[in-house]
Amino acid sequence: MGKSVTMLQAITEAMDQKLDHDERVMILGEDIGVNGGVFRSTEGLYEKYGRDRVVDTPLAEAGIIGSAIGLSLNGMVPIVEIQFLAFIYPGFEQLVSHAARMRYRTRGQFGVPLVIRTPYGAGIRGPELHSESVETFFAHTPGLKVVAPSNPYDAKGLLISAIEDPDPVIFLEPTKLYRAFKEEVPDEMYRIPIGQAKVVQEGSDLTIFAWGAMLREALNAAKKIEKEKGWKCEVVDLRTLYPLDRDTIVQSIKKTGRALIVHEAHKTAGLGAEIISIINDEALIYLKAPIKRVTGFDVPVPPFSIEDHYLPTVERVKQGIVETISF
Amino acid sequence: MEKTGNPIMKAHSNGDEPDMYHVLNPDGEIIESIDGKIDKSLMLKMYESMLLLRTFDRKSVNLQRQGRMGTYAPFEGQEAAQVGSALALSAGDWMFPTYRDHGAAIIHGQELYRVFLYWMAHLDGSVCPEGKRILPPSVPIATQMVHAVGTAWASKLKGEENVSIAYFGDGATSEGDFHEALNFAGVYKTPTIFFCQNNGYAISVPFEKQSSSKTISQRAAAYDIHGVRVDGNDIFAVWLTVREAVERALSGQGPTLIEAITFRYGAHTTADNPNIYRNQDEVSTFWRENRDPLTRLKKFLHREGHWNEEQEDKTIKQFNELIDTHLQKAEAYPKSSPVEMFDHVYAGGSWHLKEQQQELKQILKKGVKK
Repeated sequence: MGKSVTMLQAITEAMDQKLDHDERVMILGEDIGVNGGVFRSTEGLYEKYGRDRVVDTPLAEAGIIGSAIGLSLNGMVPIVEIQFLAFIYPGFEQLVSHAARMRYRTRGQFGVPLVIRTPYGAGIRGPELHSESVETFFAHTPGLKVVAPSNPYDAKGLLISAIEDPDPVIFLEPTKLYRAFKEEVPDEMYRIPIGQAKVVQEGSDLTIFAWGAMLREALNAAKKIEKEKGWKCEVVDLRTLYPLDRDTIVQSIKKTGRALIVHEAHKTAGLGAEIISIINDEALIYLKAPIKRVTGFDVPVPPFSIEDHYLPTVERVKQGIVETISF
Repeated sequence: MEKTGNPIMKAHSNGDEPDMYHVLNPDGEIIESIDGKIDKSLMLKMYESMLLLRTFDRKSVNLQRQGRMGTYAPFEGQEAAQVGSALALSAGDWMFPTYRDHGAAIIHGQELYRVFLYWMAHLDGSVCPEGKRILPPSVPIATQMVHAVGTAWASKLKGEENVSIAYFGDGATSEGDFHEALNFAGVYKTPTIFFCQNNGYAISVPFEKQSSSKTISQRAAAYDIHGVRVDGNDIFAVWLTVREAVERALSGQGPTLIEAITFRYGAHTTADNPNIYRNQDEVSTFWRENRDPLTRLKKFLHREGHWNEEQEDKTIKQFNELIDTHLQKAEAYPKSSPVEMFDHVYAGGSWHLKEQQQELKQILKKGVKK
């Protein structure tokens, strides 16, 4: 059994089921209670579970993440919502210096099972600092896990896994995809393992690696290229950004011999560079062409009047495919 | 250094002593009723604990000088604040110390050899005894205060009779996390005790440059929580204050902000030279001679006939032996193996860490190929 839902509804459903099944689970954040979240991702949960489990906190990211660390140390399972990814910076210290390191510093004595959910990414016509894609900050932090779903089915399964994970997980929700489309999602509490990428479309000529909102651009470009040139692109949704699923990356390269990485994060030191390094280490001899990246530029995400020019477009992705295959 | 006024006032220039809660004055006289709350055995425990910590602290500074330990943060002068607060807790209470609060941690159950291991840079240095809730010393400033809100909040949600205590210094009160912690604790009425040891300096910056508020305890009013300013070198006053804060917390009256006025005699750490920023002799001599936490309790105990020099000598000798035993244990403890640096990053490990660990193992076995 299942039903057709948006990514937002799938996320709400995952939290609803975990709140229902595990009384240690609680949600903390700004405007997530009575208001149901600025994107409505916690809609109905406050009414259902009460103010002690779906907590409207003071407006303070360090306070929210820091107290969630304490709640977690003392047996609760907090899900923190940070309203937008770029608002996490005041709480960054708590994440990198404490949540990420607690298990290590105590040799496994104290862990911090904790999920930080946050909308991220451009394409929603948001004001300044509502559209950042800075996953690399977290993927550079040992002790954290970074997850970014691209569809409702994965969002539910990955979020349930994240809530059950013994380590802190940053759960990046592509804002642009919250209501972009619906998909059949099973009613039960299913899990998608953290750390596993997914081959979304099989192909033989080139592999496109993408995640989050960029997966749609990758698939659309692949579809158009096939129609125009007959080239078959394999499309891989990484889903977990740290630790990366090296095996799936390498297997795909062995099959196609070419790679294009599409991410909306800035190019320099973005995850694309890490994926290229993995391929370089593990599959260099299979490569028929240099690996290209189609990414956001190395500029602050610009105001929405020109943000479409910052983001990788289907045309830019197609161009990248053409250049790589005809190298 | 410019010589102006009383060194007490220099160290805590906005501090006005009359506002402080005192019980035991520097002459060792009880000037405020203790209402039978501190019996002889507790008094002796307080004194012996302070004596143990002072011996431990001096030993640690020496070990650092001898190169047997890394950089160390001494707490000499702050023993009453650390012992008094820690003795007022129950065994299951949560403690969030900083790098200068290993004294409090020891009194709350941390083992001496573990503290040595921490300063000797051993990976196992932050592990506390089974069943204890002593968190690793917080190195960034004020960040642990919000954790103490979280654990206390969970205790409240679960209906457990425990408090959480966060230690911090005067410098921490300038950090955003200080305000966020007090605000959260106020909003959720968490059983949290915020215990500030105002020792007058955040490394080199004196309190008058740190804050324009007259006291730290007054900030409690901004969050509508209970605030107390106490003589941090008066162990009776500290214990009674923290005890009251514990009772308030457990009876649902929420958090308390305690400002304990004290002084560190030595450097911020063994890597620091306090003579650059304060007149070391003038200031610490004044505090040692006039306000020392051990001396005043000792005077009182002597007068009451509870303690004498013979006991003192015998106890110091015992403590030296105890500390040496722990030092030997720490020095004989199997060294951290480099390959262990990959453990406990995640509960389940990860392919990249396993491989990097393997790589290091190979290097250790064969050396790097030239």
